Parts: sequence; C-alpha cells; structure tokens
Amino acid sequence: MLSRTADHLFWMSRYIERAENLARLLDVTWQMSMVPQSEDAANQNWHAVITLNSLDEAFAAKYPAVNAENVLRFMVSDADNYSSIYSCLRLARENAHAVRGTITTEMWETLNFTWLEARDRSFEQILNAGIGEFFEWVKMRSSLSRGTTLGTLLQDESYHFIRLGTLLERADNTARILDVKYHVLRPHGDEGATDFYQWGALLRSVSAFEVYRKAYRDVITPERVAELLILRNDMPRSLHFCMNGVVKNLDLIANRHSGETQRQAGLLHAQLHYARVEDILAQGLHEWLTDFMDRIYILGDGISKDFLVPLAEAA
Amino acid sequence: MVFAGGMETAEIQVRASLSDESTMNFYNEMMDANGGVRAHYQRYDDWLKSTPPERIARKRAEADLAFHRVGITFAVYGEEAGKERLIPFDIVPRIIPSAEWKALQSGLRQRVKALNMFLHDIYHDQEILKAGKIPAEQVLNNAQYRPVMKGVDVPGGIYAHIAGVDVVRAGAGEFYVLEDNLRVPSGVSYMLEDRKMMMRLFPELFAKHKVAPVQHYPDLLLEKLRAVAPKGVSNPTVVVLTPGAYNSAYFEHTFLAQQMGVELVEGRDLFVKNEVVYMQTTQGPQRVDVIYRRIDDDFLDPQAFRPDSALGVPGILKAYQAGNVTLANAIGTGVADDKSIYPYVPDMIRFYLGEEPKLNNVPTYMCRKKEDLDYVLAHLPELVVKEVHGAGGYGMLVGPAATKEQIEHFRQLLLAKPDGYIAQPTLALSNCPTFVEEGIAPRHLDLRPFVLSSGDCVNMVPGGLTRVALTKGSLVVNSSQGGGTKDTWVLED
Repeated sequence: MLSRTADHLFWMSRYIERAENLARLLDVTWQMSMVPQSEDAANQNWHAVITLNSLDEAFAAKYPAVNAENVLRFMVSDADNYSSIYSCLRLARENAHAVRGTITTEMWETLNFTWLEARDRSFEQILNAGIGEFFEWVKMRSSLSRGTTLGTLLQDESYHFIRLGTLLERADNTARILDVKYHVLRPHGDEGATDFYQWGALLRSVSAFEVYRKAYRDVITPERVAELLILRNDMPRSLHFCMNGVVKNLDLIANRHSGETQRQAGLLHAQLHYARVEDILAQGLHEWLTDFMDRIYILGDGISKDFLVPLAEAA
Repeated sequence: MVFAGGMETAEIQVRASLSDESTMNFYNEMMDANGGVRAHYQRYDDWLKSTPPERIARKRAEADLAFHRVGITFAVYGEEAGKERLIPFDIVPRIIPSAEWKALQSGLRQRVKALNMFLHDIYHDQEILKAGKIPAEQVLNNAQYRPVMKGVDVPGGIYAHIAGVDVVRAGAGEFYVLEDNLRVPSGVSYMLEDRKMMMRLFPELFAKHKVAPVQHYPDLLLEKLRAVAPKGVSNPTVVVLTPGAYNSAYFEHTFLAQQMGVELVEGRDLFVKNEVVYMQTTQGPQRVDVIYRRIDDDFLDPQAFRPDSALGVPGILKAYQAGNVTLANAIGTGVADDKSIYPYVPDMIRFYLGEEPKLNNVPTYMCRKKEDLDYVLAHLPELVVKEVHGAGGYGMLVGPAATKEQIEHFRQLLLAKPDGYIAQPTLALSNCPTFVEEGIAPRHLDLRPFVLSSGDCVNMVPGGLTRVALTKGSLVVNSSQGGGTKDTWVLED
C-alpha cells in the first residue's frame, strides 16, 4: 500500500476517534457541571478541558474568560481551533477524501455526510437543540464509521492502519479523560452522593458504567475505576485493550524498519498486562498516565517514520 | 498553483441567441419535425406522461441528495479554493438508436486509429509532412509537439490510449466531430454515475428498454492499460496518477482507481531510480509499469518540462524514453487534438487508411491564413471564434450571442495574434427535452464517447457522456460553465 494512503487512513481514523472522545469528555464535563458547586469550581473543570488538550494559549487569544459557554464554543464549533469537534470531523473527511478510492463507498459516505451535517450547524443551533443531543450524534456518527469499516472493508493493510489509528488515539484519549477527571474527583472522595454521580458520569463518558456494574457488582471506588479503565483487557476503551490491538495490528503490518516500534509497543503492552492498580496508584496516577501518554506519542511517531512518511529511497 | 486536466473543451456552438431560439429549426432528439415522438423515444414518452409529476419531483430531489452524499463534485477554477460543486444531473435520458450508434462507432474507430497513426508518424518518419498533406511548420512549430518524443517507440504504437471525442448533431441530425481530446479527457465517471443513478431512481425504465450496458468501462480500461505494459512485464503494476485532491476531476481519478482496483498516486508518491519508476509503499519501494496519468505533459517531469511543477515526478521522462514505464496517454498527443491541426484530420484518414472519413468535420477558418482572416473579420457576428490552445469554454467568442463590445474585443485579439485563433460557422445544434425550473424544455447537448485503443483494437462502451447546456439558448455545455449531464442510452435491437 502507498505510504501516503496509509498515512491518510491512519489520520482519518484518529480524527474521527478524537471527535468522539472529545464529545465524551465535554459531555461528562457538562454533566458534572450540573451538580451544585461554586462558580469557581465549575470553571476550573472547564479550564481543565483546555489544559488537557494543551490549548491554553489558543483559547486565551480568542476568549476573555473561561466558562462553560466559551469552552464549549471553542471545543465544539470553532473552526480556528484545530482540535475542535468541528475541525476533527473536517480533517477526518479530508483524509478520507484523499483516499476515497481505498475506503469503501459506505465509509466515505458516512464521513462525508457527517462533515456536511456538522458544517451546516452553528453553535447556536447546537445549543438550541440541546448540546447533549449533539454529543450523542457525534458518538453515533463515529460508531457508524467504525461499523461501516468493520462491515464493509477488506481486512487487509488498510484495515490494520485504520485500527492502529483508532486504538492509538483512543488509548491517548482515555488516559487524558481519566487524568483530568481523577484529579478533580479524588480530593472530594468522601462526599457521598455527589461523589457517586461524578464517578458515574466519568464511567458513562467512556461507556463503562454498565461494564463497571457487571465487572464489580459493588460500589464505585476510584481505585476500581482506575483499574477498569487502565488494566481491564476486555473493556473496549481501556488502555490495556487498546494496546492489545496496537500490538496485534503492528505485527500484521511489520516491515523491515519497524522492529523498534514493535518492541516499544510490546513493552508498553507487557507492562499493562502485568501491572497492578495498587502499584500504579502508589507511583501516582497522574505521573503514570503522563508517562503512558508520552509513550503513546512516541509510538505514533515511530509508526509515522516506519510506514507513513518514510524518507524516499530515491538516489 | 496551476492545475490541469478538468472537464475540458468542447464548446458547443449554436446559431442561437435568446431572441431567435424559438424561430430556429433545431434537430430535436426526441421529437420529429411534425411534433411527433421519435420511435426510439416512444416508450420513454409514454412513461413520462403516465408518471405523476410529484413522483418525478421527489426522484429529482433524491438524485441531488445522493450525488451530494456520494460527493460527486468537481472544483471550479477561479472560485474559492477547494470549493466543490455538483454537476447537475438531468433525468431525461439521451437515447440513441442502435443503428445510429453503430455508424457513429465505426466513424470514431476510424478517426482515432488515424490520429494514433498520425502521432506515430510525426514522431518518426513524418511521411505525412513529406507528402505535403499538412504544412510541416504547423506540426513541428506547434507548442504541443514534443521533440523529446522523436524516435521513441511506445508499446503497440499507441499514443492516445484514451480519447474523448466530442460529437454534436446539427442540421437534420448529422454527427460532427467538434474536437478530439487526446490528452487527459475526463467525464467518464459521470457517464457511469449517471447510469447508476438512473437505474436506482427508475428501475422500471430499464425493464422497458434494452439499454446497452456501460458499467464495464473500468474493466475495459484496465485491460487496455495492462496490454500496453513495457516489454517483458507479464503482470504489470498499473497506477492512476492524479494532480491531487484539489484538481477539478479528482473525483474521477479516485473513482477510476477504485473501480480498477489500482493505486491512486500523486507525483510525490513516485520516484525514479536508474530509469525505473517506483512508488513508496508501507513495505518499501514497489516498481510501477503503467501509469494512467491525469496530469498534463507540462507538469509531468520538472526536469524535462516545467521546472516549477510540484505535481510531477523528476526523471520520469528518461524512464519513459528508456521503455521502462508506459504512460497513458503518451507524451506529446496534444499536437493531434490542437485546433490548428483539427482541420487536417479528414486528410489524415485518407492518407493513413485510404478511406473516406465517416464523420464530418466542422468547416474551419484558420486565421493564420490571410484570406481566412479577412473572411472571419468580416463575419464575426455569425461565427464562433476559438483560441487554438483554449479549453474549457474559456476564451471563445460566440458571434450570434455576443455583444458589440465582445466582438470588437475579439477583433483586436485576432488582429494582434491571428495564428492564435480559428473560426467556425455556427451550427444549429440538436437539443433534447430537459428538466429546468419552468418545467421541461429543449436544451442543447453534445456527446463525448470514450474511445480506448491498444494495438490494433479500438473499443468503446456504447454511448458516452452527454452534456447539456442548462441555460436557455446557451452555447456552452462545459461543467465549469454551468452545464449538466444526462444518462446516455444506446438501445439494443
């Protein structure tokens, strides 16, 4: 497969996954903001969304204050923000457009139509219709895109690059959501009912609420939430699950340059496979997640160099 | 950046302006001179009359939505970069009876065969020039003549593997060739999508008509491309080379690559090493044998042609000259479809094939000749004037529809650079009922059959792309000028 084609497929799937996870993050932040709290505390939660995506400067340059409306506008509809849902859907579609001969008609139509619909909705229209509805819609469109991929695409190299992009992005995004929300929640871990709703919202944001109930049949505790989202290997949005897929798909596309990247991925996977949540928490969850995200970044970089934008071997 | 390769050329010329439209006698594809329905349109007409207008309106809206969703769009030059537009699709098919198609097909075969022989000749022994059939300077000094091709042997002696010959009907229904597009003709994806759309919207029509299928075009194209692989390559790697996602015909490039199951590459995906072309893949470099290129000659190789081209592949010309890769179409075909060479095509047919041309040429005044220029200048309001190298319906004068200022403007252009222009009498172009805002009304149309050549074999799928000028009395069918398309039906006996 052409390196450039693989590159577009990889980023197409990353962007649609990123849009979905952004919708999840904003949704949980939105829901958490409903519980009674001081305005400062509420704005802090919104600020965390900006910081998490390393967008402090870009945000400050355009918006005078951190509050729910500004952050939502910036992260949902702002075309100048390359990390907004709007931009992610546009970029997913642009990458798909560049390889529309490689993906199936159904996949292309899904991403094209998603973009056309997103493009035609102003932020005001989204608010009026209910922003929760919009987040649901983004998640559904992402699911649809994954579904058409699974249901129509030949499972050759293109499929593996798409999966690689999806899982790498999801690993990063789940780690980010956990990082930012765990921080906010942890100090108030003894506040009873509020606490329950907050943790519940976090779990729901990664579609893990029912999974949690099924897996633990017990009250929600921060440790178990961390364990579920990091170590559980059958939970589709956990870090362990994502790394299972990353290792598997990397093996399937291996070439003669990719040994080091495969080793890095295998190492990270083994560490998740044999880790205990007590040890991770003892080390400090934030530190551990920061290290994890750095290594995901390095993996992405390695994949890019090995497969996607190789230095031309021309004379 | 300059891109090349859109829905080019074929300016329809009509002896009509808004005022005299109603008084003119145009050949109507559907109705005869007495207002009766032609036999091959009878069943369609019955269906149209018995189908409720609401259903048709609903289906038309459905077609629009579907084209949007599928993203069958094209970019328009001069508009906001990256902006895409739909090409309007009309649901009244253009129907051609079997016998008419057979005659047309045989004329197209003859013509394209002669054009390929002409190209081979002028890059080799130049017999036709020696015989004095065409003034040598017309060919050799033509900007589209590529001296780098002299003595280069291309597989099967084929230069124009894919030709998009623009044909119109005028007078009492005779076919005329308007131009031979031998460089990177486009539009075939619309032909295929129009058929798909028509079958999806109105399956019942296909039960009532024996419409010759066209959907095997990509297979035929792939077969042709594989057949012209360099010598000794038994299982050639074929690719489609596109200028990129912002090219006006990008949809078609992706479409054809997908339908043929080959890679769609850009110049930056390819590189040349030791006169062999490779593409950069996830598993390392892979050799490329046949390139269906949708990039104009000028942009193909920055080392050989335009040095500022970022679209091409450095060194590809050398690989081509060495016979290590086949380009389809070949380099240097533009000299044969140039408007200054067009008047000589009938002579080419007589010279190479010893046959009389089966298709008409439009009489053409070559303004480089003093007597022709004088005539043209004296008759500007009746003539169509075209730039010799113009394309896409840009830079032409349609005398009967032009204002005094426009005519004066062209007079100055002609006087300043007579050899840059040709002129032709305006033809009374055929029209066909078409859905427009005020209902169904006749609109002018043309036809672009796609003619595929390899070795001695010249093939085409029945029909081609029908383009229709949607504005009343309009002259130009180019999609870049607001033209639409129709499904083209060749009826089988």
